[in-house]
Amino acid sequence: MSGVPMEHGLVLAAILFALGLAGLMFRRNMVFILMSLEIMLNSAGLAFIVGGTAWGQPEGQAMFLLVITLAAAEASVGLALLLQLNHRFKTLDTDAASRMRG
Amino acid sequence: MGLSMSLLLPLTFLLPLAGTLILSLSKGRLGERASAVVGVTSMGLSAIVTVLIAWQYIAEPHVYGVTLWRWISVEDFQPSIGLVLDGLSLTMLGIITGVGFLIHLFAAWYMQGEKGITRFYAYMNLFVFSMLLLVLGDNLLLLFFGWEGVGLCSYLLIGYYYEHSENGWAAFKAFVVTRIGDVFLAIGMFLLFFELGTLDIAEILRRAPQMWAEGDPTVELAALLMLGGAVGKSAQLPLHTWLADAMAGPTPVSALIHAATMVTAGVYLIARMNGIFLLAPDILELAGIIGALTLLMAGFAALAQTDIKRVLAYSTMSQIGYMFLALGAGAFDAAVFHLMTHAFFKALLFLSAGAVIISCHHEQDMRRLGGLWKRLPLAYAGFIVGGSALAALPLVSAGFYSKDEILWQELVTDHGGLLIAGMIGAFLTSLYTVRLIILTFHGQPKSDNARNAEAGRGLVHAVPLIVLALLSTFLGAWITPPLENVLPAPAEGEEFWHLVLEIVAAGVAIAGIAVGAWLYLRRRGWLAKHTSSGWGAWLWTFWHHAWGIDELYDRVLVKPYRGLVRILRSDIIDGACGLLAKLAWLLHQGLSRTQTGKLRFYAMSMVAGATLILLALALVP
Repeated sequence: MSGVPMEHGLVLAAILFALGLAGLMFRRNMVFILMSLEIMLNSAGLAFIVGGTAWGQPEGQAMFLLVITLAAAEASVGLALLLQLNHRFKTLDTDAASRMRG
Repeated sequence: MGLSMSLLLPLTFLLPLAGTLILSLSKGRLGERASAVVGVTSMGLSAIVTVLIAWQYIAEPHVYGVTLWRWISVEDFQPSIGLVLDGLSLTMLGIITGVGFLIHLFAAWYMQGEKGITRFYAYMNLFVFSMLLLVLGDNLLLLFFGWEGVGLCSYLLIGYYYEHSENGWAAFKAFVVTRIGDVFLAIGMFLLFFELGTLDIAEILRRAPQMWAEGDPTVELAALLMLGGAVGKSAQLPLHTWLADAMAGPTPVSALIHAATMVTAGVYLIARMNGIFLLAPDILELAGIIGALTLLMAGFAALAQTDIKRVLAYSTMSQIGYMFLALGAGAFDAAVFHLMTHAFFKALLFLSAGAVIISCHHEQDMRRLGGLWKRLPLAYAGFIVGGSALAALPLVSAGFYSKDEILWQELVTDHGGLLIAGMIGAFLTSLYTVRLIILTFHGQPKSDNARNAEAGRGLVHAVPLIVLALLSTFLGAWITPPLENVLPAPAEGEEFWHLVLEIVAAGVAIAGIAVGAWLYLRRRGWLAKHTSSGWGAWLWTFWHHAWGIDELYDRVLVKPYRGLVRILRSDIIDGACGLLAKLAWLLHQGLSRTQTGKLRFYAMSMVAGATLILLALALVP
């Protein structure tokens, strides 16, 4: 397998991760926060794939399967929370749900 | 022969425990009637089991031992939950369950309409459970467990009417004062274990004479500590102050705990540990002197009380003083015999007093009673029978036989001083008994409550009074406690002198009654004049406050202690400890500020933390 060098793939993963992180930190809308999380997970998955391909190891793809599973579980829990948030506060702004504070 | 002892013996105390559990787990769902039924039934069954046990014991009298299980096992220290039944514990068992059942039954009448009957019966049953463990335990640890259990129940029941804070303080006082004695007992127990390596009572009594000669300082110390425990529990000088205040509890409680059973635990303890005390003759002598002083002190104090229950409380102290007097002469069986008859007649007197109190709408001041004999014939009869037993009226009363036995033992063992104290005490007893009866039942009613007295009705009210009245006559004296093999044999003397002593004692008792009747029936005005002026008034107040001992303790112990506490409240060490707490509080404030409730803030702080860790890993080689 040749063509895309490993560094390019890793840089792409880092950019995606940074984008996701920024979204997570600066977005208020919970839909976008969840989407940012998905992006971060997938960037981590991408890094595994790239590494696995570069060294010709199957573990990279195995880890990606695990990441997908985790992402699916995370999405289901996150969407449930999202529905509850909308149901109780009639908004998707996470700052509205800030009653639990010291 | 029927059921085996190993089943019957635990049943006696497991039944009251079951009663307690049912009542306390019902969480107030049981009504007044149901609670009374549970409380009385468990006691009744326990009494029936006791009858079976007594039957079996009489058929085959030997020492029955039952080991239920091992409590702890640490090398040589292996106390078991073991029970022992011999003549002494059988006697106590009979008193506790028999008299206890009658009092429980009477309480069903006395307590009707009160709040918290469930609580009352739960505590009463728990008390009986603890008391039975105390007398049945074959080792000192189990005895101590029961000892503390009865103390706890006494505390709970004195403070039963907890809405009035003075009742709570009375309970508190009883608890603290008896605790002083308990500490002595505990240290005595430690000492015996340290020296003899066992807590098993039979084993202690077997090893002690091999270990120590008579009068050895160690055994004297152990006996003194045990005596301290006994003095606290049995309300003897100098730890007697709690008993009079303990009358704040309901009257059946006073009858059961503060007259018939718990306060005699000290006498039981000394009788049970007789081997130790016989090795320490000085301490035994001291017990006799304490008894003599207490019986005189309490006798005079009883003369000047106005509360019907406080008279009985002081008379209890003085009667237990008689038991200590007997112990002092080494007449353990006479002490236990008096313990038994005292349980009968004092329970009767207290229950009769309870009948008077309820009938007169909770009036217990004798100055506001009077003329009740026609309205309350049963209570009057109870007072007459119980009072004659208390005053040791010759031949017809139970008290005569037991008190006579004590005085006789004093004479035979050459305790002249104790004998004279006992005689003076007998005169005082007659005097205050007559005063109690005349002021309560004769003359004119002195308040509306007394004028409108309503006699109690129903079997629950009458049966306990009648049965206890029968037991307080010579019929009760026919019950001979089977103590031959447990306690040392009583000393023997010439029968002629015994007869002389009986006549003298009878003369003293009758003289006391005659003087009392003359003073309170014929010379009331003269008496009133002399007790309200000059020396008479001073003496009256002095005796009314029981020789001012409470006041003395207040000045010597309570007030200095409070002063000390006030000084120590603002000390430096406490401040330093407070600094730590303040620091923790500040940290808490700072950390709780970080909990903003904002999701984005959390995400950012996690990122910041992760960045910091990555930076640290990158920079540190």
